[in-house]
Amino acid sequence: MRIVVDLNRCQGYAQCAFLAPEVFTLHGEESLVYAPWAGDEHREKVARAVAACPVRAITADGLDADEERPAPAGREA
Amino acid sequence: MTDSSLLRRITDPASRADPYPLYEELRRTPVLHEEEGGAYAVSRYHDILALLHDPRISSDDRRLADRGDDELPGPEGTVLPPSFIRLDPPEHDRLRRIANSAFGPPHRPHRIDGMRGELAGIVGELLDGLASAAAGGGEIDLVDEFAYPFPVTVICRLLGVPREDEPRFRGWVDVIVAGLDPETRHDPAAPAQRAARQARVQLGMYLAGLVEERSREPRDDMLSDLVAGRGPDGAMSTMEVLSTAVLLLIAGHETTVNLITNGMLTLLRHPEHLERLREDAAYGVPVVEELLRYEPPVQLLPSRTCITDIEVHGVTIPEGARIWLMLAAGNRDPERFADPGRFDPDRPDNEHLGFGSGVHICFGAPLARLEAQIALTELARRLDGPRLLQDPPPYRLSPVLRGPRHLPLGVDGVRPRQDG
Amino acid sequence: MHEPYHEWLRREGRIVVVGASLAGLRAAETLRAEGFAGSLTMIGDEPHPPYDRPPLSKAVLLGRAAPDRTELPRRREIDADWRLGVAAIGLDLAGRRVRLADGGEVPYDRLLIATGVRARPWPDEDEARLDGVFVLRTRGDAVRLHRRLKASPRRVFVIGAGFTGSEIASACRQQGLAVTVAERADAPLVGALGSVVGAVAADLHREGGVDLRTNVQVTALEGDRVGRVRAAHLSDGSVVETDVVVVALGAVRNTEWLAGSGLAAGPRGVACDAGCRAFDVRGIVTDDVFVAGDVARSPHPLFGYQFLSLEHWGNAVAQAEVAAHNMISGSSDRRPHLWVPAFWSSQFGVNIKSIGVPSMGTEIMITQGSLAERRFVGVYGHQGRVIAAVSFDNTRWLDFYQRLIETGAPFPVEFTTVDRRPEGRRPVPAAFPDPSLPTHGPTVTVSGYAPSDRRLVFTPARP
Repeated sequence: MRIVVDLNRCQGYAQCAFLAPEVFTLHGEESLVYAPWAGDEHREKVARAVAACPVRAITADGLDADEERPAPAGREA
Repeated sequence: MTDSSLLRRITDPASRADPYPLYEELRRTPVLHEEEGGAYAVSRYHDILALLHDPRISSDDRRLADRGDDELPGPEGTVLPPSFIRLDPPEHDRLRRIANSAFGPPHRPHRIDGMRGELAGIVGELLDGLASAAAGGGEIDLVDEFAYPFPVTVICRLLGVPREDEPRFRGWVDVIVAGLDPETRHDPAAPAQRAARQARVQLGMYLAGLVEERSREPRDDMLSDLVAGRGPDGAMSTMEVLSTAVLLLIAGHETTVNLITNGMLTLLRHPEHLERLREDAAYGVPVVEELLRYEPPVQLLPSRTCITDIEVHGVTIPEGARIWLMLAAGNRDPERFADPGRFDPDRPDNEHLGFGSGVHICFGAPLARLEAQIALTELARRLDGPRLLQDPPPYRLSPVLRGPRHLPLGVDGVRPRQDG
Repeated sequence: MHEPYHEWLRREGRIVVVGASLAGLRAAETLRAEGFAGSLTMIGDEPHPPYDRPPLSKAVLLGRAAPDRTELPRRREIDADWRLGVAAIGLDLAGRRVRLADGGEVPYDRLLIATGVRARPWPDEDEARLDGVFVLRTRGDAVRLHRRLKASPRRVFVIGAGFTGSEIASACRQQGLAVTVAERADAPLVGALGSVVGAVAADLHREGGVDLRTNVQVTALEGDRVGRVRAAHLSDGSVVETDVVVVALGAVRNTEWLAGSGLAAGPRGVACDAGCRAFDVRGIVTDDVFVAGDVARSPHPLFGYQFLSLEHWGNAVAQAEVAAHNMISGSSDRRPHLWVPAFWSSQFGVNIKSIGVPSMGTEIMITQGSLAERRFVGVYGHQGRVIAAVSFDNTRWLDFYQRLIETGAPFPVEFTTVDRRPEGRRPVPAAFPDPSLPTHGPTVTVSGYAPSDRRLVFTPARP
């Protein structure tokens, strides 16, 4: 599972570091250091972290909180 | 102004079951100031969010020009120093950092995650306990029998209260929480208030004893960490530890009760979501986020003030004025959330204000999330044929910490635990 | 009636994206998300699918991630023809073709240029070739540096104390390695944040155990008989023995492949308008070539419509989204790219963020917290207006300062704030180095009003 955090949006609330500590860690008081790749065994926890982020800064394969961006029908085969 | 002023109607207990139409009315005036000396209510999402990040806004109620009556009862007695919830930086930051060093990352990153099994165990036992009641009359009160005992047990384990002391501890907390009821809290002579004061003293003495024990013989619990001081800021004083422990206890208690109770009420009103949660435990994650938007346990933040004149939407709020940040109204602002009155856990981009934002964002948020996710998922799985016996249910009086006083449910039974 | 061109384009046009990194990927995803159904070709000179670079100088060096495991998650499927490991080497603007290093050509109806930047190499080519001399920009760089750092070198020597150099120094110290940092200016980060904040950064280095040498230049890198680096010679006469040298002297824009194309491309980037459309050398905006990310140079209304060059992760994403939208939209549906520059860095356990353009600031005020405690917000002023802000471990307040920047709020900041200390009552000079001196520091550069970069002669750094 590929993961990226938009650290411009991140405000160090660390909800992800509480809920999925194997993947997201705090370095000091508010610097987030995360593993850009995590095994599927962490999927459930990463899902909690993605959903709990107060500023929706985390994107992970298949778990993107922003996946709403209307998926476009109408592609030609 | 008359009693029909909008803010008075919002605080009127008669509006408690459904304040949302009033919030909608409120949002039409982004900054509402109805009475000389009264509060300025800010109700739109973007304005609230901006003020939560505005360094001209203070949480220290000593900054208020007129402290007057405070709707959000403080957890502290007169003896204890103010907890960080009522302080500004830098003092707020220092205390919160130390509290956090005992609670979460970077110093204790596994504290909350490591409690998941324990939380599931407590929920499992409470539900086991409901089985006999359910079998007996088929009726349970979700508040008294489940939502209420759950968070206080959790906080005991978190702080490190020995199991054998939990009943005593819970007894004090019950009395203290009862004393926060707006009905009696302004009458110091009321029996509930006398009892609450006594319970505070007893709880304080008990905790002080425990703190001393833990400083001699540290264990793997929050109290030990608070007195040890693991971070660069060192340790808290004993008084600060007590103040923080009481804050976690009180602020963490009623909010969690309300989140779980509002949650079950909402799910029973939208049974298709209850059904989906029963089938798919992972659904509990977005369900809880949407609950925090749709029915937030903390409806408004009533005691912020500004330390200089500020302008919001063309209205000047004078220095020292009381500002109400109407979180629950902002959570249903159609400018921010499409179809805001709809309960929709699949809602994308749900940056709700349920836990506030900025430096004062709810300290216990990760724990509250896990508690509610586990509680609601297990309720969905194990309650057989749950139904509301009273809708709306009776509510607590507080317009700030809003939730049902009781939630009577009819059930056909309680299913056995599925797994460990 | 005739079908509008962009409707045809959406249905069956050919879009080519040159640059398969963050901006290119996000642009491609946006194109598909907005209904682009034609053919999409992604050209990248590196052989890897799009990966994220910031972790390379942070999580990877801290041992929290493998250097080859930073691939970017996908927001959606993009169904593209990937041409990876093949650099674009030329552009035929009139013929609408991109020429590739393998001799191929790719025709387009719309082109997006997102070729980004590369690490500025050590200027002496022989010294740069010594074994043990590294830069850090690509995955390949990270793999090589990471391997060498794991072999417990006796000392790591970092040239340049900008953000990347400081992050590398921090991570190496965290791993227990001895580190020397050489910086031409009087403190780290001065090019980006000025000397007032730079002094705090210098404290972080020194307390972190870095042997920080300021006001010095590296005059030579010395190799041993088998071509391994063994020492660095400094302008103050000192010699530092080292077996790993990391050159962190900023970035060079990847525009050489556009030389002679007729586009307004040069060392400061490819000029484009607020809608991300590229300018040609005559200052006329093109209709079919768009630019996004670090390679772009675009005018910004908040800074008097001067062109800004940004090396910012968030800008790459935002500009890619705007460029993609505009590529397939009619002129009245196009959007301007009005992103307020925002930047972060993580070093020595401190979260550093900036918004706006600090280097335009002449004065700074510490409006919250304290420099001595390394927790503060500093506000930069330019001609009586708030132009930028920086925070050290105080990121939760920055949204407020962003609004001050966006509204051109007056500077100095007269109103009170929580946590205002006596030191923050009045502004002091921000003390940026003379902008005419070459510096690797700023990640945002303001570069005048002319789309064609006439002040600098275009000289490709590599043939």
